[in-house]
Amino acid sequence: MTITVKLFAILRDKAGVAELPLELPERATVATAVETLLARHPSLRPFANRIACAVNLSRVTGEAELKDQDELALLPPVSGG
Amino acid sequence: MTDWLEILATPLPVARAIEFVSATTAGGIAIFLGTTRDDANEKGQPLAALDYEAYADLASRQLTELAHDARQRWPILKLAVLHRTGRVALGEPSVLIAVSTPHRAEAFEACRWLIDTLKADLAVWKKEIWSDGTGTWVDPHAHI
Repeated sequence: MTITVKLFAILRDKAGVAELPLELPERATVATAVETLLARHPSLRPFANRIACAVNLSRVTGEAELKDQDELALLPPVSGG
Repeated sequence: MTDWLEILATPLPVARAIEFVSATTAGGIAIFLGTTRDDANEKGQPLAALDYEAYADLASRQLTELAHDARQRWPILKLAVLHRTGRVALGEPSVLIAVSTPHRAEAFEACRWLIDTLKADLAVWKKEIWSDGTGTWVDPHAHI
């Protein structure tokens, strides 16, 4: 299956890309997707334990299962206001 | 009942927001404006501006949830929550909360809760732009 990964703020700058497709085995978890992405973009690894994830605009934990066409957003700690 | 919740790339319309939350049943309006504060980096360079980026689809949904939660807790008559994106000059507002309630204590409490919760959760990030044009993403854990 293929999901779309979106990167924001410092994560986008470090990876040099805002959005990318990611091929994953069926029923892969969010944690698997993140690990696959970190392997492809090692510059993101220093942020690994501070990244929050949202799938289709809902916050999720690493155990959440993904499905084809999902949009997975990787969010660094927010700093609005 | 409709709240004015928006992520926008243009200067915050402060007067229009106050007008929006005005109501003849209100005993008070509390307004919070978060403004960009002057600073310098470790090299002594002054701050020139702040750049705000939002995950607009998620932030819009979060603003709706924030307004819903605030209405569960306080008797809010009218509510506006606006956040800027893009470049914001020093001293300019980047976020606006305006709340009207029947009595002033509720307006202050709701306004305080809204800005505190927004800052902790909203999918918005800011980058400090220094006088030499370089930028640094703000690390919230280093700036508490």
